[in-house]
Amino acid sequence: MSATNNIGSEGPPKAFGVLAKREQRLAYIMLLPTFLIVLGIVLGPLLANFWISFKPVKLADLRAAAPLVNEQLRPRPKVAGEEVIMRYRIRNSSQKDNILNVVMKDTVPAGLALNLADERCTLTGNELSCDFGTMEAASRFNLDISAVVDQTYIDNGERPRDTKVILTGDSRNILTSFEFTLDNFRKVFGSSEFWSVLRVSLYYTIFGTLGALVLGLFAAQLLNTAFKGRNILRGLFLFPYVAPVIAVAFAWVLLLDAGPGGTFNAMLMRMGAIDGPINFLGQRAIPVSILGIHFEFPMALTTVIVFEAWRYFPLSFLFILARMQSISTDMYEAAEIDGATPLQQFWYLSLPQLLGILSVLFLLRFIWTFNKFDDIFLLTGGAAGTRTLTVDVYEQAFAVSNLGAGAAVAVVVFFVLLFFALIFFKFSPQDDG
Amino acid sequence: MKFGTVTISAAVIGALWGTIWMVVVGVLLMLISGIVASPPAGSALLAGLVAGLGYAFLPLEKRSKQTSVLLCLAIGVILFVLTGGNVFGVPMTESLIYQIVAWVAWSVIVGVSITMTLNGYISGSANRYRMELLLIRMLKGLAFVLFSIVVVLPFYVMVMTSLKSQQSLLSNPLDFSIDLGQGASLLFRSYVELFTQYHFGSFLWNSAIVSVATVLITLAFAIPGAYAVARLRFPGQVLLSRSILLIYMVPAIVLVIPLYAVFSQAGLRNSLTGLLIVYPATTIPVALYMLQGYFRGLPGELEEAGLMDGLSRIGVIAKITMPLSLPALASVALYVFMIAWNEFLFAFMFLDDLDIFTLSRGVVSLNSSEVPRQHLMAGAVVATVPVLAIFLWFEKFLVAGLTAGSVKG
Repeated sequence: MSATNNIGSEGPPKAFGVLAKREQRLAYIMLLPTFLIVLGIVLGPLLANFWISFKPVKLADLRAAAPLVNEQLRPRPKVAGEEVIMRYRIRNSSQKDNILNVVMKDTVPAGLALNLADERCTLTGNELSCDFGTMEAASRFNLDISAVVDQTYIDNGERPRDTKVILTGDSRNILTSFEFTLDNFRKVFGSSEFWSVLRVSLYYTIFGTLGALVLGLFAAQLLNTAFKGRNILRGLFLFPYVAPVIAVAFAWVLLLDAGPGGTFNAMLMRMGAIDGPINFLGQRAIPVSILGIHFEFPMALTTVIVFEAWRYFPLSFLFILARMQSISTDMYEAAEIDGATPLQQFWYLSLPQLLGILSVLFLLRFIWTFNKFDDIFLLTGGAAGTRTLTVDVYEQAFAVSNLGAGAAVAVVVFFVLLFFALIFFKFSPQDDG
Repeated sequence: MKFGTVTISAAVIGALWGTIWMVVVGVLLMLISGIVASPPAGSALLAGLVAGLGYAFLPLEKRSKQTSVLLCLAIGVILFVLTGGNVFGVPMTESLIYQIVAWVAWSVIVGVSITMTLNGYISGSANRYRMELLLIRMLKGLAFVLFSIVVVLPFYVMVMTSLKSQQSLLSNPLDFSIDLGQGASLLFRSYVELFTQYHFGSFLWNSAIVSVATVLITLAFAIPGAYAVARLRFPGQVLLSRSILLIYMVPAIVLVIPLYAVFSQAGLRNSLTGLLIVYPATTIPVALYMLQGYFRGLPGELEEAGLMDGLSRIGVIAKITMPLSLPALASVALYVFMIAWNEFLFAFMFLDDLDIFTLSRGVVSLNSSEVPRQHLMAGAVVATVPVLAIFLWFEKFLVAGLTAGSVKG
């Protein structure tokens, strides 16, 4: 038998004959589309993000400065021999950037005799061409050319605006220029908010992941033994994960609404559990005193964490259940004979077996939750103390319109994540992952 | 009559079931019938406690179906007596039918719960093993109820809100009764308005196109890639098979800014094509990972036979590997479809024109104070139903596929 059966167990055999080379080439060809798309959409933009974080880019800079023109013929000629004025209203679209080498080209309709006085323009046949040189930022000017109409113009019905004016110019594109700045990072680290945003991110990630894992573990325990209707329940438990995030997020917003339409608050008040509505998603903190110790309970953050655990426990549940069902029952039978109680069996038998999948799940969910944007954005928009790093990226880049600062926060997100992933890999138990 | 740990537990168990089911049934009653009830938790607790104790003292030989029925009857009567005739805190005359149904339901459910939990246990003491078993039974029962409620409630609220009218929404937020007297056209008026005024038909179509196209592109890229990683020998094969999922360490938000900038300047931003370039990039790594795990598990002999018979590698993939891996392909297709359909971030950032909105983008646009809440919920339902329906239909595949790559042996 050839070595094709042993792939992966000892690594590929180090053969370098012709056939092996052909196989390698085929593999590279097969993987090429994947490489290209991942390079183009993931790795490229990642590097570009680093680039942008060092540049003073605002959202408006995405549209490079361009010259704009409006063409008019006044007054409307009715008889041959009338004098009219062709007016081009030209302006610089940008308030801050100059445009160099502005050149305008237009086709003049037949029957219009232009009286070109402006030395910036030349007329060859029907083609008018003007060179305006440099346009300053926020500047505008008019180019008036007087003309005389003759009969052909009036008969033709062709109008100057029928032909488009072509305006070209060179402007600096901040994205490709070589201006760099450290301002973005200074802004990010210097603001006092940054550390609280980081803290919120960490709380959210850690507790959200733990919550999802614990709920998943419970759910897997529940459905481990076969019973009638188990499949239905298993399908049901997957609903929170399968449904679109917009649907469940808005359903939760409605449920937790503090206004007159909120279901949860109405229920609690009806049962007499609370006096007034609790603003689950809008209140930053509620003063709580337990046993005389006063502290601020982060309401909105907790609600968002609960949502996260609710939405993602099905995934942990599935993986844990699969692993549980592949554990052999021999051990449990032996334990039963030895008189171990159910809880002891779980603690000493099940958990160690599950530690592998639990740690993998923890890593995956940690990464995923840390990167989460949709959920918080849809639930609170980042208000009331729920602003994580990812929501901050959006805020900086699109709400405050400072793309550079947004990119800087994104760089921080990436490196914090890398740091945690490295720590995890160092300390994780080795298991099939 | 022996007293011991089991006796105490039985009392606690009965009390717990009584209270919990009273809360559940009471709330359901309010939601479905619309009456303003205040479920008497205290009386329910007492009734449950008494029933639990009573059942615990019943000798094992005497327990049967008939005794269980008697137990339910007894519980119902006790509750009636304790609440002075107002079983749910309101006079029985209000919505009599609903209240009677709820009363019977509560009695039966509590009776059944107590019976099932205390099955095989009589009053007295039991060793640690038996006590733990009892505890676990109670916890499992509670957990079932809790999980089911927690999972279903938001969806129930979502659907019911979409069927209500504006006034009823404000007047009683707990009224989720369906007024069947309205007739179908009024009941579904939110949906009708969504499709006629808010362009939801085109949103649905756009989402469908984008999702299906993403599935096709992803499979086209991932199948050869997965085959290469699973079967062909080349430097970096092992590295790739273990670490392709690390791509997901890059947060989507980090990609948004550069892609927004570049796509804007390339004219790809406000278009479905732009989405169709980005979505596969986010789904191919996981598709490749799932498929390569499955391909690896296929017997290599069949492919070798094909190779020996003169098939090229492509031929082997098409004629041998793919037919064998239909379950995995189906589950990957399903998973990718779900990701593309539910995707929000890029649809939100990239799409500006109403006519190319996908459902995600469209539903978000309904979240303004000008649009009534029912429409928002109706939009949510329209977005959820297709993906839930497809998912339920193919659920076996999805579950098998998601976990196939992870468990060895």
